[in-house]
Amino acid sequence: MTQLASTSKPVYDSASYRVSAISELKELGKYRYLLGQLIRRDILTRYKRSVLGVAWTMLNPLGTMLILTFVFSNFFKSNVPHYPVYILSGLLVWNFFSQGTNAAISGLVWGGSLLKRIYIPSSVFGVSAIGTALVNLVLSLVPLVIVMLVDGAPFFLSMLFLPISILLLTAFTLGFGLFISSLAVFFPDVAEMYQVLLTAWMYLTPIIYPESLISARWLPVYKINPMYWMVKMFRLPVFEGRIPTWQEFLPAFAWAIGMLVVGWIYFTSKTEEYAYRV
Amino acid sequence: MPTVSKVIEEKIQFSTPEPIIQLENVSVSYRLPTERIGTFKEYAIRKLQRKIRLEKFWALTDVSLQVNRGEVFGLIGNNGAGKSTMLKVISKVLKPTKGRVVVYGRIAPLLELGAGFHPELSGRENVFLNGALLGYSRSEMESVFDEIVEFSELEQFIDSPIRTYSSGMFARLGFAVATAHVPEVLILDEILSVGDEAFQRKCNIRMKSFQQAGTTVLMVSHALDMLEGMCNRIAWIDHGKTQKIGEPQEVIAAYRGENL
Repeated sequence: MTQLASTSKPVYDSASYRVSAISELKELGKYRYLLGQLIRRDILTRYKRSVLGVAWTMLNPLGTMLILTFVFSNFFKSNVPHYPVYILSGLLVWNFFSQGTNAAISGLVWGGSLLKRIYIPSSVFGVSAIGTALVNLVLSLVPLVIVMLVDGAPFFLSMLFLPISILLLTAFTLGFGLFISSLAVFFPDVAEMYQVLLTAWMYLTPIIYPESLISARWLPVYKINPMYWMVKMFRLPVFEGRIPTWQEFLPAFAWAIGMLVVGWIYFTSKTEEYAYRV
Repeated sequence: MPTVSKVIEEKIQFSTPEPIIQLENVSVSYRLPTERIGTFKEYAIRKLQRKIRLEKFWALTDVSLQVNRGEVFGLIGNNGAGKSTMLKVISKVLKPTKGRVVVYGRIAPLLELGAGFHPELSGRENVFLNGALLGYSRSEMESVFDEIVEFSELEQFIDSPIRTYSSGMFARLGFAVATAHVPEVLILDEILSVGDEAFQRKCNIRMKSFQQAGTTVLMVSHALDMLEGMCNRIAWIDHGKTQKIGEPQEVIAAYRGENL
């Protein structure tokens, strides 16, 4: 056994201890190993007892896409060439957002039982939830490529823009996930209400139907929706073969950064209360 | 040549006590669970009616105490007296509503054994996950992994999913992970009654070696005889207030006198 060195500087002083947006970021840095462990746990355990394992991450969106294509292709086939690719490119974005934010809610509620007993920076649960969703998103790019090959859709050089699209989407989802999970701690009904909201939100975003179906009168309203812009960041390079113009990029960028900053500040401003509430 | 433990014993006895945990007039209030507002509607209505009364429950009121470096300090009291709240305030889980807490050392809380374990993951994977939850890094966990397996006597089962473990195996692994590193301050909340007698002996030996290395131990228990044997000092908490702090024998006698 090694002898412990004595320290005279306080390790913890409640009088000067305040959780701020900056301090929480530093704490998260210290707990980065836990972050990795939580992501690993979520990915491993999700499919541990199923035969096909992680392959389900790829098969799941593929299955949904096939169903949607089968059901809706008769409606939209005439206006949308390569409809499966159109659906899948939007569906990946949506799945990431809905899975990530839902996991952030359940992660904080699960972590709550630990937050009551030991000190852990509470943001670690939300951030790891989005991290897990990010791994799933990258994995599900494989079925996208397969569908593009099978459907004979062209591959564009503009697809190299995708990492930036993913970055914006991740920032937005993280910010929103932190915000909604924090709200769910104080109002348990939020988790249930959010499911309804998500369904409505999905249908208000051009994911399964083409944008051309929206009447010009309503288009400005659709453009208020941040997910409209996030989906666009994917569709343009994958589907239309061009990178976004500044007019298309800036709204997405503003939503992503704005939501991340607001979500992070809101979440950390409530952090000291979680152990009392969850 | 004096043994290390002898030197430390003398140091504790003859040097002026050096504080490692200080509580100054600490109070903690919870909102009563019945006051929890579940829906927006409820919230909006009550907000309008100005009926959100913050009915507070004071779990701790005006507690002041000091734990010295190297001490084994016990907390006793009836259920709901505020013992666990005090541990939470010290381990940074709850910020005190009033007063001040200062800690001069890294705290290793003994997580309720196995809390945070995932049933589908193997023992090995859970060791690293649990270590990460306790704030350790990858290299810190790798350096003690073999010792954890040996101490918990799970060599044959370490790669099996934890859901196949017996409750004893579960608790042994939890204890081994939480005590793998020599902490400056160790917090034990009613969890030294793990496993069979042989394992209990091992736990006690480990606790003793921590003491010799200079670890400060803060423990909550209802096993008064055990506390009397292990602690240097004991505080009796009742209804959120300190009733008595001092020699284990005296405090326990006073507590028993009140509760018989």
